[in-house]
Amino acid sequence: MVKYVVAVDGSDGSDRALQKAIDLAAAGKADLLLAHVIEWSAFSFHTPDELAERHKRREEELERARESVLSPSGKKVKVAGINYETIVLHGHPAETLAKIAKDENAENIFIGRKGQSKMGTLLFGSVAGSLIQISPVSVTVVP
Amino acid sequence: MLRFIIATFVVLLSLQPAFAGFDDSINTLTAPIASAIGAFVFFKIPIFDAQLPLVVLWLVIGAIFFTFKMGFVNIWGFKHAIELVRGDYANPKDSGEVSHFQALATAVSGTVGIGNIGGVAVAVTVGGPGATFWLIMAGFLGMSTKFVECTLGVKYRNENPDGSVSGGPMYYLRKGFSDRGMEGFGKFMGTFYAIGIFIGALGIGNMFQSNQAYVQLNNVTGGLFDGLGWLVGLVMAAVVFMVIIGGIKSIARVTEKIVPFMAAFYCIFAIIVILMNGSAIPQAISNIFTGAFTGEGVAGGALGALIIGFQRAVFSNEAGIGSASIAHAAVRTNEPITEGMVSLLEPFIDTIVICTITALVIGTASVANPGFAGDATGIAMTSAAFEGQISWFPIPLAFAGMLFAFSTMISWSYYGLKGWTYLFGEAQIGQTIYKLIFCFFVMLGCIVQLGPILDISDALVFLICVPNILGLYFLAPIVKRELNDYMARINSGEIKKYKNV
Repeated sequence: MVKYVVAVDGSDGSDRALQKAIDLAAAGKADLLLAHVIEWSAFSFHTPDELAERHKRREEELERARESVLSPSGKKVKVAGINYETIVLHGHPAETLAKIAKDENAENIFIGRKGQSKMGTLLFGSVAGSLIQISPVSVTVVP
Repeated sequence: MLRFIIATFVVLLSLQPAFAGFDDSINTLTAPIASAIGAFVFFKIPIFDAQLPLVVLWLVIGAIFFTFKMGFVNIWGFKHAIELVRGDYANPKDSGEVSHFQALATAVSGTVGIGNIGGVAVAVTVGGPGATFWLIMAGFLGMSTKFVECTLGVKYRNENPDGSVSGGPMYYLRKGFSDRGMEGFGKFMGTFYAIGIFIGALGIGNMFQSNQAYVQLNNVTGGLFDGLGWLVGLVMAAVVFMVIIGGIKSIARVTEKIVPFMAAFYCIFAIIVILMNGSAIPQAISNIFTGAFTGEGVAGGALGALIIGFQRAVFSNEAGIGSASIAHAAVRTNEPITEGMVSLLEPFIDTIVICTITALVIGTASVANPGFAGDATGIAMTSAAFEGQISWFPIPLAFAGMLFAFSTMISWSYYGLKGWTYLFGEAQIGQTIYKLIFCFFVMLGCIVQLGPILDISDALVFLICVPNILGLYFLAPIVKRELNDYMARINSGEIKKYKNV
């Protein structure tokens, strides 16, 4: 079965990407993998207090992601009658999405575009932009 | 709010004469206690002309024993430690948990401080250039002690019902001795350690830091804050309050981010200064080696240099005190050995790299220009060595020193808290009381003269080495067994790399 990865974060852009993926999956008989990445670096600095509470916070973050991002998106896919799975991971967004696509043997990654200003992109980069540079599979950027 | 702040200032200003009296009475009250405890803990045995404090001997013998017992893990474990910190063995499924790098960075922030800048100058002044050699040796041996204590910190930690963790020597002393059928003794040792780390946290982890930060600020501004210690103390206490009680993590996070850059900045400039004194380098290095074995001009000769070097190294990297094991216990790993491996990098970074660089700055400066520092000792001496080549450097150096002091205070506030919660339970109200006490002591550190108070806390921190190292001896066979088991699984490929294969 062909598998598409959809990057979801609950934003309007990610909803549009999801819709596009649903349409194409219905036409081409594909399964969807809804992926949410919580931004995180293993090389950041924390106080001892934060380290001690990290496990608890991580559980909370995962729970929140499942409840407020993955489960509403999943409902939409289910309504369309398409098989799907979900995954949530911590990490660098673009790198982690690329890794998920590779590990899962996906054929395509769907990602929404925020449409931020040029200055914003210059300062903070864009996930879609970086993903295009590093993805091992084709990427569909949905405006 | 503003009116409240102004009112507080006015009240405090009017109280200033009272503070002076307060200062005196604290000193007269504590001085006899301090000298009694100090004499006990730092009991010295005279060997030839040198004075050897027993507690230093205790730490050194421990470090040598652990180095042999673990088969020189401080040498062969180094490469594996780097791989762990790089995340080669990190399972992507666990991403978002505390990484080895984060545990290391936090523990290093807690140890890199005034000792690396000022303590080394003290060592070189008292123990001559040869003390540097022994400082490095002590750092090298201390790596093994850290390995053992941090492994145990993870192995015997407590997981609280809310998902947070508490660990450290008090836990491994209690559980470890109890596992070996000595429950009562373990309880006693755990409690003893908890009291020691709690009081130590208020002294060297708090008052000493805020005091040194104030002194540096005052020096660099040319005495602008003379007699205003209470004001500087109040501001510092307020910032610490915001972080540890107000939960304003951003301040802490900013400091924790700046400190590693500051440390790098310090090392880079130190290397520049050493190179500017380039022609003095061979002589400075040869002084370190000859001084180490001849001890020329040092009270007690080579042995005197050795003692000073070892003592300063322990002050700086805290190996044997057990504090780092509290920070490392937070890592959620199935393999306690991995935390031990990572922690052996701490004495390396702290003592072998940063302290040696400071020693070379001072060493080359004094070869090029003997008497460059005048009467200055401690941090002022290091500052003068830098100033000789880069005239504006004392200002950023003072700034770096303040940040180091701040991050050390934040780290130690946590170590002390863990001692407190071990004694009084995890209840939130108790934790808040502790944190308020901690903030009060930050201010106190800038007001009172440190002498006797610091002596008490110093002595207590060294006193907790006694139960800690004793526990490490008892539990070393367990660590050794785990280490063999872990390495067997690494070699058989059962534990595999996820990255850089």
